[in-house]
Order: sequence, then C-alpha cells, then structure tokens
Amino acid sequence: MLDSLILRASARYVLWACVALSVFVLLRGHNEPGGGFIGGLIGALGFVFHALARGPPATRRVLRLDPLAWGGIGLLLAAGSGLPALLLHAEPLLTHQWMEGLPIGTAIPFDIGVYLVVLGFALAFVLPFLGEDAA
Amino acid sequence: MLALPAIPLLALACVPLVGWGLRRAPVMAPWLAALPAALFLLVLTTPDGAMFSLPWIPTLGVELAFRLDGLSRLFALLIAGIGAGVFLYAAAYLEGHPLLHRFLAVLTLFMAAMLGAVLADDLLLLFAFWELTSLASFMLIGFDAHRAEARRAAQQGLMVTVAGGLAMLAGLLLLGDAAGTFRISAILAQGSTLAAHPAAPWIVVLIAIGCFAKSAQWPLHFWLPNAMVAPSPVSAYLHSATMVKLGVYLLARLNPAFEALALWQGLLIGVGTATMLAGAVLALRERDLKRKLAWSTVVALGTLVALIGIEDPLAATAAVVFLLVHALYKASLFLIAGIVDKKAGTRDAMQLRGLGRRMPITAAAALLAGLSMAGAPGFIGAFAKDLLFTVQLGVPRLLPAVALLVNAAMVVVAGVVAARPFMGKPMETGGVAKDPAVALLVAPIVLATLGLVFGMAPHLISAAIIEPAAGAILGRPTGIALGEKQGGTVVMTMSFAALGLGLLMFLGWRRLQPTLAGQTWLDTYGPDAGYGRAMRAVSAVAVALTRRVQGGSLRGYLAANLALVFAGAALVLVARGGLALPLPGPWAGPAQLALAAVILAGALAACRLRALFGQVMAAALVGFGVGILFLTLGAADLAFTQFTVEILAIVLLVAILARLPFHAPDARRAPERRRDALLAAGVGAAGTAILLAVLSVPFDPFITEWMGKAAVPEAKGRNVVNVIIVDFRALDTLGEIAVLLIAALAATVLLRRTGKPG
Repeated sequence: MLDSLILRASARYVLWACVALSVFVLLRGHNEPGGGFIGGLIGALGFVFHALARGPPATRRVLRLDPLAWGGIGLLLAAGSGLPALLLHAEPLLTHQWMEGLPIGTAIPFDIGVYLVVLGFALAFVLPFLGEDAA
Repeated sequence: MLALPAIPLLALACVPLVGWGLRRAPVMAPWLAALPAALFLLVLTTPDGAMFSLPWIPTLGVELAFRLDGLSRLFALLIAGIGAGVFLYAAAYLEGHPLLHRFLAVLTLFMAAMLGAVLADDLLLLFAFWELTSLASFMLIGFDAHRAEARRAAQQGLMVTVAGGLAMLAGLLLLGDAAGTFRISAILAQGSTLAAHPAAPWIVVLIAIGCFAKSAQWPLHFWLPNAMVAPSPVSAYLHSATMVKLGVYLLARLNPAFEALALWQGLLIGVGTATMLAGAVLALRERDLKRKLAWSTVVALGTLVALIGIEDPLAATAAVVFLLVHALYKASLFLIAGIVDKKAGTRDAMQLRGLGRRMPITAAAALLAGLSMAGAPGFIGAFAKDLLFTVQLGVPRLLPAVALLVNAAMVVVAGVVAARPFMGKPMETGGVAKDPAVALLVAPIVLATLGLVFGMAPHLISAAIIEPAAGAILGRPTGIALGEKQGGTVVMTMSFAALGLGLLMFLGWRRLQPTLAGQTWLDTYGPDAGYGRAMRAVSAVAVALTRRVQGGSLRGYLAANLALVFAGAALVLVARGGLALPLPGPWAGPAQLALAAVILAGALAACRLRALFGQVMAAALVGFGVGILFLTLGAADLAFTQFTVEILAIVLLVAILARLPFHAPDARRAPERRRDALLAAGVGAAGTAILLAVLSVPFDPFITEWMGKAAVPEAKGRNVVNVIIVDFRALDTLGEIAVLLIAALAATVLLRRTGKPG
C-alpha cells in the first residue's frame, strides 16, 4: 500500500492504541462524552490505518471475522438487549434493566452492539477501496 | 366444526413437510396421494352448511371464515379427488427427477390454496387463496425453468391472471363496501338488493375481469394453451380440472346477488359465447395433443360462463353437470396425453398412429374418456350435452348455431385426441411404445370409468352433489333430478346433427387442419402476439428511460440529486410562506468569529485550489473548524463525532487518491464550471434559507428539560446525548444500525461484483 517503514512499524501500535481508546470512549459514554457510535468510529480508524500500512488482508487476519459478521453480531447484541425488558416489562428497548447498586445494565450490551455495527459498517465500506489483493 | 378449516389449513401445513421430507426420501412420493384422499373423505363427511369463523384482521372486518355448501362441496371434491389421482400419477411421471420434492410441494400448496378459495366465506380470504393459486401455477408452468418457452408461458400466465386479480380486488372491495360486509354468506343473504346498488355495474365488470382472466375467457384466453409447457399432471390438474374453473366458481358463487342485472347476463353470455367460438376454431387447427385439449378447455370454460349467465334452473343444472363431466374426461385425457408423449416421443396428432395394439389399456381409457367427451349415449357426457342443447335452444338468436358448431368441434377433438392416435397402422417412430406402469394408469382409468358409472347410475350423484350445487348457483332449489328426460325431439335432432357433423369433420380433419393452420392472420393479430408486442414495448420504454436517466456520469447524478432535493425543498419553503429570519440572539464571541473566518477561508480555498490533495485538506479545514465551533457551543459529543468522521474521511480520500491515477486535476470546461458553481451556490442558499426558517420557530424546551431531568434517575447516565441514543430512543437507534448494516451489505455485494473499484 503506502510503502513506508515507519508506517508499517507503527501500524500495530497505532491499531491497539486506537482500539484501547475506542473501548475507553465506549464505556465512559454513559456519563461523559463518548459512546458506541464514536467508539466504533475510532476503532475503525485504527483498523483503516492498519490496512493502509499493511494491506487489507493483514487487517482481515487481525479482525478474524468479516467486518459484516462483526456488524451482524452487534445488531444481534443490540436487539437482544431488549429481551430482558420484554420478559419483565413488555416494553423492550424502552426500559433498560439495571443491576442494583452497580452501574451495569442492558444499556451496555446495546451500546457495544452499536459500536460493533459502526465498526463493521465502516470497515466493510473502506477495506474494498484499499485493494483487497495488495498484501 | 374444526374439520372445515382443517381441510385447507392441513394441506397448507403439509407443504414444507412435503418439500423437506421428499427431498430426503423421494421413494415416499406415491404415498403423498393419501393426503388428498384423506381430504376427500373429510369433505365428503362434513355436513352441508358447516361454518367456521375466527377474527383475522378485526379492524378491517376480515375474518378467517369458511363455509361448506353444495357448490363448494362439488369443487372441493373435484380438487381433492382428482388431486389424489394426479398426485399418484405425478410421483410416477416425474420419478427420479431431482426436483420431484419441489414439484410435489408446490402441487400441495396449490391444492391447499384451491381448497381454501372454494371454502372461504370471506371475500378477502378468498382473494388471498385465489392469488396463491396463481403463484403456484406460475411455479408449476415454469417448472422446466431452463426452457425459454416455459419461462415465457409462466410469466404470461402470471401477468394475465394477476392483472385480472388486481381488477377483481377492486371489485371485491367495492362489493364489500356496498354490502357492508365481506362475508359471502351474508352478501348472498341480501338477495338481489345489491343489484340495485349504484356501484353494481362497476362491481360486476371488475369482478368479471378477474374471473375471465383466471378462467381463460376471450380475449384473455391465450395464456392457457401456452401453459401446456408444464408437465402433464399440471395440465390435467391446474389447467383443465380445477384452477381455471376458479373464475367460473366465483361467478357461480356471486350469481344469486347479480342475476337480475342485465349487464351481468349480457356480459357472461356474450363473453362466454365468444370464448366458445374462438376456442372451437383454434382447437380445430391445432396439432399438438395437449394444446388441442387446452383449446377445448377454453371452449368448456366459455360454455360454463355462458350457462351461469342464463338465469334458469335447467341452465344451473347444466352448468354443474358439464363442470363435473368436463373435469372427469379432460383430466383423464391430459394424463393419457402425458403417457402418449412419454411413450411415443411426440404429441403431434398428425404423426401419432396405431398405438392401440401396443398400449391397449391406455387406448381403452382414452376411448372411455373420449366417448364421454363426445357425449355418447350411456355416458354422463350425454346428459350434459342434452341439457346444454335444451338450455341453448331456449336462448334465441346466435346460441343454437354456435352450440351446434362447438359441439361438433368437441367431437373432432375427442376423436383426434382419444381415438386417432390409437387407430390405423403403427407409426414408425413409436416402435418402443407400450402401456406404462400401473401408477400412471390408475388415475386416467378411474376418472374415465367414473364418466360411464355416473352415466349409468345418475342417482348416485343427482341429489347428493348436482342438485345442491345447482341450487347454490341459482340461489334457490332447482327441483331437477338428473336422469329425467330433458327436451324433446328438437334436442334429439340437434344432438345427432352435432354428432354427425363432428364425425364428418373428424374424417376430413387431415385436410381441414392445414387449411385452418394456414390462416396465419389468426396468430399475427391474435392476443398472444399483442401480449408479446406489449411486453416488448415495456422493455423498450424501460431501456430508453434508463439510457436517459442513467448516463453513467457521477457528476451528473450528483447534480440531479442535489438540484432536485434543494430546489424541491426551497420551492415548498417559498410556496408555503416559510421564509423567515430568526430573532437576533446573543452576539458571537471573538473566538467564534475567528473560527468562522477559518471555515470561510477553507471553503474558498477548496473552490480555488487546483490540486486534489490541496482541495481535500481545505475541505478538512472546514470540517475541523465546524467541530471546534461545536465544542465552543458545548456540544462535546457532536464535536467528538465530527472529528472522528473527518479523520476517517481524510484518511480514506488520501488512500484512494494515492491509488487512482488522477492526472488531469480538473477536466471541466468553463461553462461546466460555471454551471457547477451556480448549482453549489443554489444549494448553499437553499440550505441557509431552510436553517434560518428552522431557527425562527420558537424552541419548545419541554422535551429537552424532561430528558435532562430524567437521564440520571431513569437511565442512570449523566451524558444525555448517549442516554437518548441507547435508552430513550433505543428503538430508533436499533433501526438506524440495522439500516447501516444493510447499506454495508449492499455495498459489499456491489464492490465484489465489479471487482476492484478503480
């Protein structure tokens, strides 16, 4: 791709830095600026940078699954987070369930779902443009 | 009363089981015939007048309502009874075919839909089943999907019947509105009051169009012979015995409500007679066994429609008897034509000769069916013919002459299809022909023999089947028993005249057929050619339109989209008097003014710069400037997103620009540049005007304040924006991410198909 030693060497660190930052942004989102949408975009940025430096096949190996599959998992996760409320309140997605005393609830898997869909969406669009066969 | 709805619904539930089960164990296929046989017994044992209803779409007054009366019992018995024979035949006919399971599954679906349609007591339920039969027919006609003619015939059948169905739906809705109910029994209970309703002519015409299309009435008759490309069991079952009679069924069903209307009578008698004539002429000039039978089916359907239009107890009885007779002999003859086709290798009636010695059992079955068709004494076909002549003599003007000619033509068809292939010296090519396996012979023999049995012992069906069905068509009991002598010497004379004329024409058919076939204008100006021309015209318009709209220039698409969206929005804004200026708010601080200057500079630079990289960077300046502006206004989340999207866009653009060979920075000429500038300025002006108009509306802080207050106690989050996304509006978000994923899926498919972009 863009053949540069500095880029190739730094790609892995930039990728994991982006992913770590994106997860941080994702998890703090409920109380501070951030959330699944922005987190997903930051994560995608890391992967796009990696693909620019080392080519999309290498990035796909890091991803393990097709970006669309990640997106599908995310959609299932988001939709599934409404199930507990459906069972308890019959108002899925309008009422989230929270554990007593802990800041953990069904809003978190929902936001992770949003994160994965955005990540998958961005990569499914971008990776083909970066040339699939260029290793 | 659960047996009644179980009849169609049980069959419907079996469809996936059939498809799945027979795929694994194709040898079980013959046992599937037990399903229609069981349904046959169920129909037989369900008492007359049985009713069942369950609310389906209560807000629209649509019910899952079923009812069994004489007419629906006759049809249901035909569907299940002939179905049992056809299923047995089909399993043997297509033995070893890799798609046998699919064929029988669709056939089961068709049977379920047919049973549903004739048992439905709700107009819309009937319509749903009706359309389902059209779909099943489409799949069965196109079963040999690798053949172009099969695909054309399947599409043609679907287009004609579904287009007619659309007209019929409008008619049914009008009817339901006029009657105040969709329940068929309730509509019929209103007697002839509906005929006086102002909408009655529309109802009659619209419903008749649907029925005529389904029952292949002239000039919509052309799809039926083309449907003969389907395997023979389909031709026997759908396209002669049951589905094409669905139009006749609905006309008969609604006859009591509209029989007083002159339009109803005229339409049915007129179109029916035209159909009889057209079918008779076309049947005489046809050489292909199955197509010849199909044309004679067209004749029979025309006869039935005309009979329903004649309001007389005898006519109703004649319609029912003829319906039964026709179903029996025609299904039998189609199945025999399938056997002949398979064993002798051709369906050309001119070539087929002398098969009788090699296939004696097939020949005997054919003879029985043919005699019933020709109306020979002793067969039930004779009753039908006498009744037909009696009724048709009662209607003066054209009908007696037409009846004579048409009946003679039927004698010819019966002779050419059922007798001629088996007579004379054996043909050279048919050397290996012999009687097929028992499974293929059972159905045609039983069906053909029934014609003789009912002819000898009419009391078997007279009071149990015929009279109740005829009474339902008439709207009151007919008081006619089958087997009583109808008509006098005139009918006798006519009957013999038809037989004699038919025999003469049969003997001269070898010379008559080429003369008729030479009349090519019948093809050139016929409705089938018209259909072809119409379809080609649709394609031509589509091609011309596509060429005009999709020129292939991305810039052109963008310009068209932008111009349409913004000119449209601006037009609505001005026309509705929405132009407004917001009240002056607090002045911007020096930092915001400076940012505005940076953004403006970036925008100007993007317009003026020549190099693409420079333009990208200038556009990025605008994006980041706007992001910082959001920050100064306290919208941290928005700014955050803006930055991320901006970075992603730049990285992507740079990556693509590095790959693509952009040698000429800008290929546009001066006029094009001026046009683009004008468009950009227009879009900008329209956007600004819309924004100003939005801001001039007083802001209602109610929702904002409520969400601000509720965020922490109800959703346990201090970031209101995120709480809205994942909690207050989570359902919206779910929809949005689903759309995102669908867009990504579509993009992936598109990008894969074209290979590497660029």
